[in-house]
Amino acid sequence: MEIDSQVPGGETGRIGNNPETGIASAQGAMSVEEYQEKLKRTEVSKFESVRKSLRKDWQLYTFLILPVVYLIVFQYLPMIGNVIAFRRFVPGGSMLGQEFVGLRYFEMFWNDRTFWRVFRNTLTIGGYTLLFNFPIPIIFALLLNEVKSIKFKRFVQTASYLPHFISMVIVAGMIMEMLSASGIVNQVIEWFGGNPTIFLQRAEWFRTIYVGSEIWQRTGWGAILYLAALTNIDPNLYEAAAIDGAGRLKQTWHVTLPGIMPTIITLLILNIGNFMNVGFEKVFLLYNPLTYETGDVISTYLYRIGLGSANFSYATAIGLAQAVIGFILVMGANLLSRKLTNRSLW
Amino acid sequence: MHLNDTKGYKIFRVVNIIVMILIVIATFLPFVNIVAQSFSSERYITAGEVFLLPRGFNVDTYRAVLQNQRFWIHYRNTIVYTVVGVAIAMFLTTLLAYVLSKPKTRLKGKGFWVGFAVFTMFFAGGIIPTYIVYNNTLNITNTMWAVVFPLALSIYNMLIMKAFFENLPTALEEAASIDGMSTYGIFLKIILPLSKPILATMTLFYAVAYWNAWFQAFMFLNEWTLFPVTLFLRNLISGATATGEAAAAEAGSTQIASNVRSVAMFLTVLPIIMVYPFVQKYFVSGIMLGSVKE
Repeated sequence: MEIDSQVPGGETGRIGNNPETGIASAQGAMSVEEYQEKLKRTEVSKFESVRKSLRKDWQLYTFLILPVVYLIVFQYLPMIGNVIAFRRFVPGGSMLGQEFVGLRYFEMFWNDRTFWRVFRNTLTIGGYTLLFNFPIPIIFALLLNEVKSIKFKRFVQTASYLPHFISMVIVAGMIMEMLSASGIVNQVIEWFGGNPTIFLQRAEWFRTIYVGSEIWQRTGWGAILYLAALTNIDPNLYEAAAIDGAGRLKQTWHVTLPGIMPTIITLLILNIGNFMNVGFEKVFLLYNPLTYETGDVISTYLYRIGLGSANFSYATAIGLAQAVIGFILVMGANLLSRKLTNRSLW
Repeated sequence: MHLNDTKGYKIFRVVNIIVMILIVIATFLPFVNIVAQSFSSERYITAGEVFLLPRGFNVDTYRAVLQNQRFWIHYRNTIVYTVVGVAIAMFLTTLLAYVLSKPKTRLKGKGFWVGFAVFTMFFAGGIIPTYIVYNNTLNITNTMWAVVFPLALSIYNMLIMKAFFENLPTALEEAASIDGMSTYGIFLKIILPLSKPILATMTLFYAVAYWNAWFQAFMFLNEWTLFPVTLFLRNLISGATATGEAAAAEAGSTQIASNVRSVAMFLTVLPIIMVYPFVQKYFVSGIMLGSVKE
């Protein structure tokens, strides 16, 4: 499976294969000057062909204008705005900051004990999320696949997607209601003779609440791609396995799992890439000063020091570091997967 | 049912069905609890006596919330942001998906343009620079554009749509082109009518995203009259009265009753739950279209 095969810079700098100049075939006996001359002509003719294409097909190119302007203004401009991680920013001043201060803000967070706490929390929460939220949809898909009644299967599937479409505010609200002193979780605890706990004020519960609600929100939707991959497995393979004496468990191990392995790997790459992007919204809605110790993550911390205390440059430095680590993680996971399994997103 | 299933497998299937039923119950439980609370009187809620059925059944809370003008201002804002946002998002997404679906023989520099768009999926500007751009450079904080623009082009959605366009048969387009139809004509009269399923799916994806969004409003809006209902709700549940007068005035105190919160939550989630059974197949087909592209 590919998300897209043409990602960055696929064809820039390709100058051969141009039928008009025939450079690909004429490389044999050629002096340096001749070669440079050809090269120049190739460039000219490439420019020429772009111009011709623009003139002939200008309507198509107009489709690019608005989306590209949008991306420049709303995506690339903030990206450029990251330079204030290296420059002192004054509220009301230029978005590019006032003066160059080098790595001062990076040193600042390196020596900031709170930064290391939120860094650790981010890794821990991200790790738990990966540990539970990656395999559970696979298990759910495998179990659902064993349900024979199509109607019941479809009903379970449809029901399980629902949380994916609910606003994070509602999810957080429901969590708060359920975990409040009089909420249903504490009601159950009391029925069993336990003492009620205000879970959201207890630091040791924060990660459990976060990961548990992630499972509730994401399992159904996360299983979709696996279920699709499962329906694509050739039924003959199961029959052949059965004839060879493989029971259901062995069939699952030797036919089903290899059948969905490409999907598993693709999603694993994406999950590892998102490892550091612990859901800002949910943490922000659920945490409070009592749970900062375990719940505060990089994104919420930089939000507080940036927009809360107006340390724009410092917060940007932290955000930039996080974005770069995230980018390296995606690229690294992708590269590793290509090396090990010959499968990658691009 | 296969006759030659082993006894172990039969037991597994029974257990499996029970597990599936439990999953469905776990999925619905929080919703049912909220609905039960919304019809209950506060007394029973604080006593911890409302589980799945209302206690002290009444519709007074609904009446109070529905008669509250502020609630409707927020609700109307959400509807406006959703409609305007979806229109802009569909426009931008369709344009970009269509042009990027063309082969590189027609679209020169295709690799560059695809990369230009996809890069933004993996590397974003970050919260603070984004805030500065919106606030200082574009000067659109405290307007609806600060809520509408952040979600107006999802590259993920665009890639799904691009895959759909790439799978359309090219013959029709070529024939129309030979007949002298312009690219605009082909796009409007041939491509769009053929693309109704994907357009429906994308409209729904964006509509849900706009309906559910709250953080952009939280970050960029100060005037409570501009708040969408999700932000109003956020202020209710977090008891944060400082972010807007709305929540404070609503409550009269800092503590807002559980049944009021439940009613507001239920009314906010209601449109999604109501259309969900009818549209969920589009969501699923959408995500499939994007992925089934070997």
